[in-house]
Amino acid sequence: MGPHPAGGPGEEGSEMSPEAQVLVGNADLFVNWSRKSSLWYLLFATACCGIELMQAGASRYDMDRFGAVFRATPRQADLMLVAGTITHKMASRVKRLYDQMPEPKYVISMGSCANTGGPFYKDSYCVVKGVDLIIPVDVYIPGCPPRPEALIDGIMKLQKIIMQKKNFGAKA
Amino acid sequence: MEAQALFDMLKGKFGDAVVELQEEGFTPAFVVVAPASVKEISRFLRDDPALSFDSLMCLSGVDYKEKFAVAYHLHSMEHRHAIGMKAFLPRETPSLPTVDDVWPAANFHEREAFDLFGIVFEGSKDLRRILLPEDWEGHPLRKDYKYPDFYRGIKV
Repeated sequence: MGPHPAGGPGEEGSEMSPEAQVLVGNADLFVNWSRKSSLWYLLFATACCGIELMQAGASRYDMDRFGAVFRATPRQADLMLVAGTITHKMASRVKRLYDQMPEPKYVISMGSCANTGGPFYKDSYCVVKGVDLIIPVDVYIPGCPPRPEALIDGIMKLQKIIMQKKNFGAKA
Repeated sequence: MEAQALFDMLKGKFGDAVVELQEEGFTPAFVVVAPASVKEISRFLRDDPALSFDSLMCLSGVDYKEKFAVAYHLHSMEHRHAIGMKAFLPRETPSLPTVDDVWPAANFHEREAFDLFGIVFEGSKDLRRILLPEDWEGHPLRKDYKYPDFYRGIKV
C-alpha cells in the first residue's frame, strides 16, 4: 500500500484499523472482470453490418455502457468485430489486423456473411465462406444484418465467456 | 440529336468502320463500330460541336459466348443527349484500342473489363486488375470460367 494523501485513512491518528486496507479475493475474478469491462473493439467494417455496428456504438444503443469503445488501431484493441463480407482479397488484411492485436484478443463474427458467406455462399468465387476459415471466432451473431440489440447480446455472451477463463493456477 | 441522324453522320465520315444501328430494345440506341476504329470515332464523338459527348457514363464488357463485346454509354452535358457505342470482338483475341486518353474516366472501367472478362485495351496507361487480387487466375465473368478449388489455401 502506498502513502495516502494527507488526512486520509492510515494517517497517524486515524481511527481505521490496518486490516481494512487489505482486500482478499479471487485473482481470476478480478482479472476477468477488468477484461470484460473494457472490451475495446477495432474500428473496422467491410460491409453493411458496419452501419449497424456504428449504430450500436452511437448514443441510442450506447455500447460504451459495457466499456466497449472503438479504437482506430489494432494495437490498442481487444476485440475484433468482423462486420461484413470478407472477400479473398480482404482475407490477408483481416489476418494481418488480427495478428497485430495484443493478447488476450477476442473475435465476434457479426452477420451471415462473416459467419458463413451468407447470401454469397452458393455461387461466389470471391467471398470467403466464413471468417472462421481465417481467424478463430469466439461468438457468432446471426442476422443480415443483426440489429444492435443482437450485437449487444453477442458482446454480453462474450463477457460471460471471458468470466469463465482461468488465468492462474494449473492449466486443464 | 436523333440516333438515326447521328448514325448517318458517322457513316458518312467513317464509312465501313460504322457497322449498324441497334435501336429496337435499346435505350439509348447503340451504334455498332469496328473495334479498330473505336478510338478515332470516340474522339470525333467527343470533339464535334454538334455531338459533344463529353461524358463516358459507363463502359462494360459483355460475353455473348461466341464473341465478346465492349459497350460504351455516352452522354453530352451540353446537348443533354445520349448514345451507345458497341464493338464486337472475337473470342480468341479480345483486344481493342483504349479510350482512356479521350475520356480519363475510361481507365477504371477498362481495368474492370480486363479484370473480369480478359479484354485487352491496347495502349492503356495502366491496365491492371482492379477488383480481384493481382495473383488471381482467370477472368470470372466469362461464361466458360471454372471456379478454382482453393485460393491461397482457403477453400473457394
